[in-house]
Amino acid sequence: MHKRVLFRARWLPYVLVAPQIVITLLFFIWPAIRAVEQSFLRQDPFGLRTSFVWLENYARLFADAAYYHSLGVTAVFSLSVTLLSMALALLFAVMADRAVRGATIYRTLYVAPYAIAPIVAGVLWLFLFQPTVGILAYALNQSGIAWNFRLDGGQAMLLVVIAAAWKQIAYNFLFFLAGLQAIPKSLIEAAAIDGAGPARRFWTIIFPLLTPTTFFLMVVNIVYAFFDTFAVIDAVTSGGPGAPGATNILVYKVYNDGFVGLDLGGSSAQSVVLMVIVIALTVVQFRYIEKKVHY
Amino acid sequence: MVEKSRLSVWIAHSVLILGILAIALPIYVAFVASTHDVRTVAQAPMPLVPGPHLWENYARALGQGSDSVGNVPVAAMLANSFIMAMVIATAKIVISLLSAFAIVYFRFPFRMGFFWMIFITLMLPVEVRIVPTYEVVANALAPVQSLLNATGLTWLIERLAGLRVSLEWNMLDTYAGLTVPLVASATATFLFRQVFLTMPDEMTEAARIDGAGPVRFLFDILLPLSRTNIAALFVILFIYGWNQYLWPLLVSSNLLTVQIGIGRMLAVGDGQVDWPIVMASTMLAMIPPVIVVVAMQRAFIKGLVETEK
Repeated sequence: MHKRVLFRARWLPYVLVAPQIVITLLFFIWPAIRAVEQSFLRQDPFGLRTSFVWLENYARLFADAAYYHSLGVTAVFSLSVTLLSMALALLFAVMADRAVRGATIYRTLYVAPYAIAPIVAGVLWLFLFQPTVGILAYALNQSGIAWNFRLDGGQAMLLVVIAAAWKQIAYNFLFFLAGLQAIPKSLIEAAAIDGAGPARRFWTIIFPLLTPTTFFLMVVNIVYAFFDTFAVIDAVTSGGPGAPGATNILVYKVYNDGFVGLDLGGSSAQSVVLMVIVIALTVVQFRYIEKKVHY
Repeated sequence: MVEKSRLSVWIAHSVLILGILAIALPIYVAFVASTHDVRTVAQAPMPLVPGPHLWENYARALGQGSDSVGNVPVAAMLANSFIMAMVIATAKIVISLLSAFAIVYFRFPFRMGFFWMIFITLMLPVEVRIVPTYEVVANALAPVQSLLNATGLTWLIERLAGLRVSLEWNMLDTYAGLTVPLVASATATFLFRQVFLTMPDEMTEAARIDGAGPVRFLFDILLPLSRTNIAALFVILFIYGWNQYLWPLLVSSNLLTVQIGIGRMLAVGDGQVDWPIVMASTMLAMIPPVIVVVAMQRAFIKGLVETEK
């Protein structure tokens, strides 16, 4: 789509795009190029000399068991967050769609957590499950479950999954509710007349018609779990417990290796791998938006 | 009309209410913790009804802060977060609006090049370029310096003028460092482009016949017509700015936002965390964005849906 009616000016358009372009070049493109460049370099421990090492950083990365461990952790984490928050959001959205009375109040209450920062979500759940003071940790320990996520990797993972999914329910709820309300009522009525009960109507009509929303939300949630949950991990577990880190997701590892561990080459190689992942996810997202998955 | 048995409506309401209780539980417990003294909270199990220390805790958090963050008052952190969120939201809207206007209403060399350059930023979140972006903020003129070095200009200037060119502009621990690197926005640019593309050409024609130039057209016609989109976007971007964590963690060690402050208060080892103050700060950090979402719900929902297109 293009405009037929345009304005003519020689330098004005350049002035208008300049701020955006300068910031993009300085803080996006340049660092990205540097990241690629650094991924081919290695610094000595004192940062005095830098040498070009070809693909050595990548070779080291892909020979590193800790990196595969982190990949696995990330996969488990993002799939669990996506499934948990989408399933709960869908349940609540279906119920809210059914409950006519009080619908706006429910919507307000369910959507509000969107505004809560990831770090705050992390702190809230940390406080409930903190081994010495948390009331849910206390309840678990009283009922005979030895709860200590500072020592148990599985428990730590469970906790960060809950905290990250909790915050994302709001977003998924909103889109599922919109999707449900867009389904023509006549279809559901027709099914009801043919004798389909509520469960049958849900699985054979409503759920298939929600596919585009579900697919879209899946991509958004995976991106969220990959990149926006850094603060949750940082506040709750700092990537631990254990040596390779039971909750050391890729983004946290990049930060930890590069910024804390000062392994610039290795961290940059990881950044480049992450960049490839983001590009793939973005492409999937845009292809979907072009075609709008059909039923 | 599909049958709606009493039972199914009743089930719906109970599931929804249970859901809200479960979602609100951590917030409620945090609130309760922020109204007790340290001793009461540290003794498991802590009470589940609010205690008498509400004002005391909040006043202490706002006025004195916690030892673990060098007694920076939370009021100051909240002010920093507020400045950061406002600057990011406003600047993102302004620069995206201007670049979308240029891309839609003008034809000029490199137009599509600029468009793709903005598009690419979608694929480069801070998380994938942590170290090099930090380097740029530590010296925002480093890229210029490298260009000068690479093209031999440094050498030339040194030879001719006897001056060693070394440029430096450190943005660490400044408001500029906190905000400027985050204000480029592909999403907002696309949104405005979409909005402008739906504006009828006849209107532009009429404005031109009446003698309006591009700047006049932008301010008197496009801006008023995009008001609701701007409001929607503002809500989303304010929350985005307020909730930043990784970026301030990297570039700002003394200029604390409330999110970073909370993170610092926790980083003292499990035994010494001053939970009532942490929870009071957490509640304070939560209030502004939640108020924005609830009060401007319509704009917020519009913004969420539009930015995902």
